[in-house]
Amino acid sequence: MAGPAYIADPESAVRAVAVDGLTLLFHAPSGMTHIVAAPAPEILGALREGAADAAELIRRLRARFDLDDSDPGSASGAGAEAAILARLDELEAAGLVRRA
Amino acid sequence: MRHRLALQIGPVAFRIGSAWRAPLDALAKLYAGYPAPADGLCDFTVRLEPERPWRLFLRPSVAIRGDYVLPDAAPLALAHGLLAAEMGMNLQMALGQKRHLLLHAATVEKDGRALIMTGESGAGKSTLAALLGERGWRLMGDEFALLDMASGDLLPFPRAISLKNGAIGVMEAEVGGDRFGPRLDGTPKGAIRHMRPNQEALARMSEAAKPALILFPRFGAAAAVRGVGQAEVFIRLTQASTNYVALGRRGFDALTGLVRGTPALAIDYPDAETAIGLVEDFRRELAA
Repeated sequence: MAGPAYIADPESAVRAVAVDGLTLLFHAPSGMTHIVAAPAPEILGALREGAADAAELIRRLRARFDLDDSDPGSASGAGAEAAILARLDELEAAGLVRRA
Repeated sequence: MRHRLALQIGPVAFRIGSAWRAPLDALAKLYAGYPAPADGLCDFTVRLEPERPWRLFLRPSVAIRGDYVLPDAAPLALAHGLLAAEMGMNLQMALGQKRHLLLHAATVEKDGRALIMTGESGAGKSTLAALLGERGWRLMGDEFALLDMASGDLLPFPRAISLKNGAIGVMEAEVGGDRFGPRLDGTPKGAIRHMRPNQEALARMSEAAKPALILFPRFGAAAAVRGVGQAEVFIRLTQASTNYVALGRRGFDALTGLVRGTPALAIDYPDAETAIGLVEDFRRELAA
C-alpha cells in the first residue's frame, strides 16, 4: 500500500443516531460524543471492513456510492476525493479513525 | 453537625446539616409540607460549616460543603444561609446525580404532557414555570429536569423556586405570602426570594410525566416562534446537562431518545403573559 493505512473502531464501539441529515456518534472507547455530516459516517463504515490507505478507502467508497467529481474548484475533477481526504484527516484528529 | 434536616424532593433525599440553627429554621419553614425520606436514607448530604472554626461566632460566614465539593464554592454571609443550603442542594445534584440525566431546565406538566423549558440564565424559564404552576399546570421543577434513563420519563424535582430580581414582584402578586422565604438582597445574583411550589406540586412529587415539548424561551424581544432542528436541540441539551458526559453511553441513549421523540421550539417573548399565551397555544396543538 502507498501511504499510511487507517482503521476505525467496530460498530459495537460507536453508537450512531441520525438526526436532520446529521449523525450523532457516541464513541465508547473515549466517551466522547461527535456530530458528523456525510461523508464521515460512510468513511467510518468503509474502514470497518479492514485497514485501508487513502486510495483503497476511495476505491471502497466508489464501489458503494456514486461520488460526485464535479467540484469546479478542482482541475483534476477529483473534488469528491479531496473532500474524503479532508474528512479523513478530521476523523483522525477527532480520534474516530486511527493509523492501522 | 449541630443541626440537621432531612427532605425528600421527588426521587432525591437530602440531608442538610448546619453549624447554625437559623439557616435550617428558614429551610424547614420554606419546605413545610415536604415529606421526610421514607427509609431514612439520603442520597446527598449538604453541610453548612464555618469557614474557619473561630468564625462560628465572629462575623460568621457559611461555607457550603457536601459529598461533592467545588473548590470555588464561595462562602456566603450567614444572613444568606438559606441561599447557601439551596446552592448546596443544587451543587450535590449537579455533581453527584448518576441515576438520572440532569438538564438545567424547568418542567411543568398538564394532561400528562410535560413541557421542558431550558435556556441561559435570565431567559425567564424559572418565572414562566412558576407562573404556569399557578395557572393550571403542575410545576415539576424550576431548576433541574430529571430524565429517567430507562423509561424516558421526566421525574418531578419540585424544590423551592428561586425567584430573582424582577420575578420576585411578579410572583408576590400571584401567590400568598406564606409560601415565600425571606427576601435576600445583595446576593451574588442580586435579590433572591424562594417560593414553595403549591400543594399539587408537592402531592404529586412522585408522579412522572412524558416529555411532550422542548421550549427554548428568550425574554426581551417581540413574540416569535421558530422550530429547532434535532441536531441543534441535542447540542443545546448537552450544554444544559450537568452530568451528560459522566453518564457515558446511557446518557447518549437517553438524550438522543428525548431529542428524537420530542418536538422543539424556540420562542422570543416580550412579557410573561405573551409567553404563557404561546405555551397554551402549543398545548392545544399537541392535544389536537
